[in-house]
Amino acid sequence: MSGSLELRGVAKAFGKTEVIKGVDLSVDEGEFCVFVGPSGCGKSTLLRMIAGLEDVTTGDVMLDGVRINDVAPAKREIAMVFQTYALYPHLTVRDNMGLALKQAGESRARIDQSIAVASNMLALGDYLERRPAELSGGQRQRVAIGRAIVRTPKLFLFDEPLSNLDAALRVATRIEIARLHRELGATMVYVTHDQIEAMTLADKIVVLRGGRIEQVGAPMELYNNPANTFVAGFIGSPQMNFLRAGALGARGETMGIRPEHLAISATAGEIGGRISHVEKLGGETLVYVRTEVHGLLTVRLFGEHDFTVDAVAFLTPDQARAFHFDTAGQRLR
Amino acid sequence: MAQARGNIGRSIAAHAVLIAYTLIALFPVFVIVVNSFKSRRAIFANPLALPWPEHFDLVGYTTVLKQGDFFQYFLNSMTVTVASLFFVLLFGAMAAFALSEYRFRGNTLMGLYLALGIMIPIRLGTVAILQLMVAAGLVNTLTALILVYTAQGLPLAVFILSEFMRNVSDDLKNAGRIDGLSEYRIFFVLVLPLVRPAMATVAVFTMIPIWNDLWFPLILAPSEETKTITLGSQVFIGQFVTNWNAVLAALSLAIVPVLVLYLVFSRQLIRGITAGAVK
Repeated sequence: MSGSLELRGVAKAFGKTEVIKGVDLSVDEGEFCVFVGPSGCGKSTLLRMIAGLEDVTTGDVMLDGVRINDVAPAKREIAMVFQTYALYPHLTVRDNMGLALKQAGESRARIDQSIAVASNMLALGDYLERRPAELSGGQRQRVAIGRAIVRTPKLFLFDEPLSNLDAALRVATRIEIARLHRELGATMVYVTHDQIEAMTLADKIVVLRGGRIEQVGAPMELYNNPANTFVAGFIGSPQMNFLRAGALGARGETMGIRPEHLAISATAGEIGGRISHVEKLGGETLVYVRTEVHGLLTVRLFGEHDFTVDAVAFLTPDQARAFHFDTAGQRLR
Repeated sequence: MAQARGNIGRSIAAHAVLIAYTLIALFPVFVIVVNSFKSRRAIFANPLALPWPEHFDLVGYTTVLKQGDFFQYFLNSMTVTVASLFFVLLFGAMAAFALSEYRFRGNTLMGLYLALGIMIPIRLGTVAILQLMVAAGLVNTLTALILVYTAQGLPLAVFILSEFMRNVSDDLKNAGRIDGLSEYRIFFVLVLPLVRPAMATVAVFTMIPIWNDLWFPLILAPSEETKTITLGSQVFIGQFVTNWNAVLAALSLAIVPVLVLYLVFSRQLIRGITAGAVK
């Protein structure tokens, strides 16, 4: 039932402001594709263009090889899950889930069967006769996901679905979405600003900035092989450290090193500085070191460690795992 | 402690001001209702006295109910008010939805144009309106009044409602579009229930001037069959003699329906006024 999506030179302008500046992308059948980027990068606009909620200024949106630029949202065989759940407040959970099929003129029996399948999948059976106001945030988002499943669409679209949930629920729902993707084998396009969601869910991550694609690839590909400083800084948490290559005698303008690849010592090392803050998370310890040449650097250590704020510290990057970038921020290979 | 006492003092002051305002606002109503139950002599002798048994007199009400067709006047007022209200809310909400939801050339300009009516009183156009109604053969019909009042109420309705409609979740409307609801269904089923408090606010602001209006009924529909209650009460006000009992009784009666309508809307209204403040 799932389909493949292709974007060909898709662009969007509001008046003279270009929001999406020519995007080419293909998402294969059954793939989980995540659009990630800072706010204002155009990821939500791009998703809404795929959904048909925004017009495409130029370029083509193809679903299963068919151009759907001018097809109404309801006829595109897509389903969308929104950040604010967007459940119909006047309808019960059952009617919320069944509305799209009812609008499409499906038989009562077929609708009931689809709702039963979806509510089983999401453990919503007990809530079918309730209204959205009587549900918690997590339950509402499950209903919204259920409403998408009921339609058996070619393409699932998720617009920051976890942003309104609290941290614990976010993790649980994230796992739930990953499970659903495996069970349904459906093609999914997912928008988020949270790189952890992107890393954990995606088969393919699309990093966007200023309406352009910066890099496309599998999560580990982006992590191990970023194309530029933007992607390198965006993927991975805590953020990659950027050091001035000249001061270290390294290639290029900037040298990137992940916090876990910086060794810290109280006595000797390449870069001297003072510890400005320590975050102990139990499983790992983050040490922030203020250096004169490179600014604030983050060191990630596993396990518990004791450091005194304001103490002198020396850092040594693991040269084998460093990334080198030119003045324009492009990766030197 | 000083903080807490300061708050109590401020609260007392605020309540004193509000109570004083309430008394001033209610005083004329109180005088009308009280005097409508008194004999003519008592009204003039002591206008502020309560209708004690020795002055108690229903002559005003009996006159009102005997003379003229007051039930018909009530019905006319009610028809005009309710019909105008219905059209103002329907068209106002529709225009507001279009202005807040769709991007089109001249959107802002159209919004300003529609809001212009708030600043320009419709009575300035009375002569033209009268000519128009004469030409259309609508003089002495309730339709004429309903049309004029709808036009009069629309600017404020569009202005207030479009502000509220901008706050309705885009996601909800988009979910409706993806589920295949028509724009009309999205408007009537998803958006309207969410702006109900604003609709009630607009209803009250629109309803009261229409119910109280004397100008347009006098000019456009003064015939016996189309008289509204405000115009009907004028028969008791003569150039030389005014039947105060009847006037006051008619006015007291005229308060009742509008009060009922207000109570219907008021629960929603309070939520509407405070919607922006607390949330």
